[in-house]
Order: sequence, then C-alpha cells, then structure tokens
Amino acid sequence: MTLTDASASSSAPAHRKLSTAKAMVEAIAQEMERDEDVFVLGEDVGAYGGIFSSTTGLLDKFGPRRVMDTPISETAFIGAAIGAAVEGMRPVVELMFVDFFGVCMDQIYNHMAKIHFESGGNVTVPMVLTAAVGGGYSDGAQHSQCLWGTFAHLPGMKVVAPSNPADAKGLMTAAIRDDNPVVYLFHKGVMGLPWMAKNRRSIGPVPEGDHVVPIGKANVVRPGSDVTIVTLSLSVHHALDVAEELAPRGIDCEVVDLRSVVPLDTDTVLESVGRTGRLLVVDEDYLSFGLSGEVIARVAERDPGLLRAPAARVAVPDVPIPYARPLEYAVLPTPDRIRRAVLGLVSA
Amino acid sequence: MEPEDRLGLYRMMVLIRTYEETILREYHADKKPVFDIGAGLIPGEMHLSAGQEPVAAGVCAHLSADDAVTATHRPHHFAIAHGVDLEKMTAEIFGRVDGLGRGRGGHMHLFDPATHFSCSGIIAEGYPPAVGQALAFQRRGTDRVAVAVTGEGAANQGAFHEALNLAALWKLPVVFVVEDNDWGISVPRSASTCVTSNAVRAAGYGIPGHRVEDNSVEAVHEVAGEAVARARAGDGPSLIEVHTLRLWGHFEGDAQGYRSDLEGVPGRDPLPTYEKELLAAGMLDDAAVSSIAAQARDRVEAAVAFAKRSPEPDPDTALDFVFAQA
Repeated sequence: MTLTDASASSSAPAHRKLSTAKAMVEAIAQEMERDEDVFVLGEDVGAYGGIFSSTTGLLDKFGPRRVMDTPISETAFIGAAIGAAVEGMRPVVELMFVDFFGVCMDQIYNHMAKIHFESGGNVTVPMVLTAAVGGGYSDGAQHSQCLWGTFAHLPGMKVVAPSNPADAKGLMTAAIRDDNPVVYLFHKGVMGLPWMAKNRRSIGPVPEGDHVVPIGKANVVRPGSDVTIVTLSLSVHHALDVAEELAPRGIDCEVVDLRSVVPLDTDTVLESVGRTGRLLVVDEDYLSFGLSGEVIARVAERDPGLLRAPAARVAVPDVPIPYARPLEYAVLPTPDRIRRAVLGLVSA
Repeated sequence: MEPEDRLGLYRMMVLIRTYEETILREYHADKKPVFDIGAGLIPGEMHLSAGQEPVAAGVCAHLSADDAVTATHRPHHFAIAHGVDLEKMTAEIFGRVDGLGRGRGGHMHLFDPATHFSCSGIIAEGYPPAVGQALAFQRRGTDRVAVAVTGEGAANQGAFHEALNLAALWKLPVVFVVEDNDWGISVPRSASTCVTSNAVRAAGYGIPGHRVEDNSVEAVHEVAGEAVARARAGDGPSLIEVHTLRLWGHFEGDAQGYRSDLEGVPGRDPLPTYEKELLAAGMLDDAAVSSIAAQARDRVEAAVAFAKRSPEPDPDTALDFVFAQA
C-alpha cells in the first residue's frame, strides 16, 4: 500500500496532486478565508513565502496586514502571537528552523504552553507555531535537528509532524481550529521543494475544500504481519521504502505514521504490535530520553507480553548532526539502518 | 488634578498597602517558629509591592477593564489597581479552588480574562505577550491599550528590547512601564547597567521615554496619562520609568543583608507622604483618613475570609486544564 491509497481512504475524494508545502499553504489560506482572526507572522513569511515555501502566495492573497513579516526577534514575535491568541485571535507563527527555539523557548514553554493551565482553564491560547525540522542536506548541527521530543516533554502544547501532503493540509486545518497551542513541525525533506532532493511521496493527492485530520490519531499507512515500524515525518517514507523492498523476501512490515507526538496514539501502536509481535521505532530526533524510548515504554507498561522479540529503535545516536555527507548519513535514520534493524528483529 | 481624582489615587494606594500588609500577616502567621517557605496557609515565594503603589495607582487610573495589564512576579499592586476581583485573586494566592486559576497559578501567575490582567514570573518575558495583546487591539480597530510592566533589572533582558522594537515598528498601543526599585533582588541598578535611566533606552527605538524620579503618584498619573492617550490615538508605544521603592525584601524571608539604603527607606515611603500632602491641601482630614483605611480593611479582610472559606482543590483534579477540551 502506498500513501496514495492511505489518502484515498480519508473523507474526501482526492484527485489533484499537491506538494506538501502547497497543501500546508492551502490549509492556512482556507482557514484565513473562513476566519478573519487567523493571521500569519514570522520571518520571511511575506514576499519570500517562507524559506521552505510554507507561506507561498499568502501575501498576494491576503496582504501585509494578515501576513506579517517580522524582524529577527523570535522572542518578541512568538510572544506577540501568544498575546494575540490570548485576546481571541488565531495566529500561525513561524519559527523558521526548529533549531532556533533556544532564543525564544521561554515564550514557548513558560508562556504559550502554560497559560491555559495556570489560569485554571480560564484563558486559552489558540495558536499554531510552525517550524522546519530535519536534516539530510548538509546544513550542519544548528539547522538539521528535529527536536519534537523536547516540545513533547514539556506539557501544554500539542506536537504534530505530517509526513505527506494530505496530512499536511488536514493537520494544519485541525491545528488552526484547535483551542490549544499546536507545534506544527514540517520536515524539509517532505515539502516537495524544487531545490531539494525530491521524496517521491512529497507530491500527492490532497482533498479539496475542508479537510481535517484529527490530532492524536495515528495512521497505519501500510498493514503488515511481521514487524511494526512506528515512526513519523520523513522517516515514514524510508520505512515504506524498506517495507516494499523486504516484502518480496517474505518480510511483511506494518508502518504506523504517528502524525502527532502529543497526543501520542498509544492504542494504535498497541493494536499493531498485537498483530506483529515485533516493534521498531524510527525517530529522526535524538535517541536518548525521547520519542523512541517513550513509545517502547508505553508498550512495555501496557502489555509487555505483546513483544515476541526485544523492541528496537533507530534514531540519531546522541550526537549533533554532522556536516559532511558521509558523517550525516551515518547518524540519520536511513533506509539502510532501518532495513538492518528489521532484519535483526525478524531473526531474533 | 481634580480633588476626586486625587482622593481616588490615595484610596487606591491605601487599598494596595492594606492588602499587602494583610498578606504579609497571613503569610507569616503560620510559618513560625521556624520559617518554612512551603508551609502554611500561603505557601511558596511571596513578593510584596509595598512602596510601589504610586506606579500602579497612577498608571491604572487611566485604564478600563477593556485594557490589558501584564505585571511582573510582584503583581498585586497592579492587579488591584486594574480592578482584578480581590476575592478570586486572594483565593488564588491561598491556593484555593475559587482562585483566579483554581489554584494552578499562584501569586506570580495570576490571569484574569475579565480585566485582561496577567503576570509572569520570568523577568521581562511578560513584555512580548503584552505586545501581542496590543496587536490584537490594533487589528480590531479599537482604542484599547496594553500596559506592560517590568522591573529595572528586566531592562537588560533581550525580551525587553525585542518587545520595544516590535511595538515601535508596528506602532502598537503599548505603554511600557519600568518600576525601578533600585534592586534586582540583591543587585543594585549601578551594578547591572551603566545607563542611569532606562527611559533613555526608549530613544533607541524611536519612542518617547520619561522617567519619574520621586515616586509621586500624581507625577506618574500625569506621565501615564500622556502615554495612554498617545497609545489610544494610534501614535504608538511609550516607555515610562518610575524611580520607586521596594519597602520590604525581594521576597518574604529576605533578610536584605545586602541592602545599603535601608536606613533611609522609611522616610521615602510614598503613602504617608501623599497623605500629608492631601491633608495639607485640605482634601483629607483625620476622619476621612480613618474611614478610607476602614473601608480598605473591610474589603481586604472580606477577600481573605473568602479565600479561607474556599476549599483546597481536589488532588484528583491535578491533571486538569493542561489542554482545553474541544
């Protein structure tokens, strides 16, 4: 099964194809048309259209009042989005690279994520914080991280990471309509950018009109009987490639696209592992204290008897992302590393 | 100023001082004989604002509940002056279920949507959300303003400068207020910056800056009136610094061994100063002073009684309100 099939199973029929970037922009545009309170702000989101094309065309359509370029002041403009959200607006604010969160993390985890709780539920912060994640193109240690585990560790924000165009649209629509702060992390490698090596699934069918993918519901993108590969974002595609490659050898992989880290769809993971008995978690974030350990812990806590073999994981082995191509690919969760992990699991 | 306005400022200052003295009493009442910060009816850190009343009273006199105020970790005087419900606020400080945040926030994290009041325990980081509130007011075509408060120590933080720049750039209706009480916990202003007045920093962002030197509520009132009017008229933000006074410690339990100015502090207390001024001007007499004090005491004691009557939150609800329910 391919992602085309997975998308076709969603609510609306989908015939035309879009890149992930265009699907994401379409969702923002539709929500801006639907709701005057939705607006976009961030660095280079206007005439440039977002350096990873996450806002292309919005300025032309909506003008500078609703698509606001900001100075390079992440603390100020993300904080401004928080204040606007507190007053009932629905900002979509872009933190260009997720790696930059260090300059504005207080606004994110102490303010955006905690105001609802500290107010005893009396104040909501309905905003979307977008950021580009991921490596694979030699951008070095400060521009290649995923870091979704960091946001997921800190309570109060939902964290989504789409892997394909239809989900990019559906999750963005859901994120904008959500009354909670949602961190929306898009991998540069799935955006379908003309200047980056194309992932063949980064352009795909996207439902027209209203398309919502509920946050917190994982997607079994490929059913299988031997091994469950739990992953998200770009790694979904690597997992699918490995699954297709191993199928003729009689190894049948089930691929679960988590779609969101918070909430984490534990039930879908458990159901899948119940079918296959083997679990591999693939995560482009760092290995320790992160998503891979969390998924395995949840299975171990709920039903360790499901596992016929010890769970395995492929992640970035606790090293900053190196610059040189052979070094970077040595630490990323490449198809080769995933394949070896699957083979290790079935022979265990 | 009209007599009634002057009396209003006085009444507000008395109410704030009465409140802080009462919280002081309640805070320490059951922390003896050995001070234990986490024990008692009011647990945790407590930062009281006695001495800084002129800033809150002078600024908030120009605001209505539609305007936003973002205060610091020392928030009570601004909350009271902006009209936050005294009972709910006190219940929150006592960690009770009827508090502003149902006991989730505490005294440094007060949120009142009815008056658009909030505060932040992180130095200078309350400024950017205040800028965002002003952005929302501007976008909706209102003449509402956002007041953002920090201490002088916060003026050395990045968030302070980013917020000033952004508000100036977008001509947002913000009044930035700096309470210079001379001390960033134990560090005097002279050891944290070589700028003698943070008001001059406004020039770096092309906005007006004004410093009130003498902690006079009427001087604050005048300067704030201009800044609020400017913001309401769509002419953008201003910065006001008030050289005020931290009458007590940084937090309750602070022995202030570092403090070199303590001897002169009582003489700089702004409340008796203003009281004398109004008495001399014939605007107050002894009976009025007593009656205003009694009214304040009644209101504050009623708020404390309300807080004490309110139950503590059920531990089974500790995980509630992390996320808004759809």
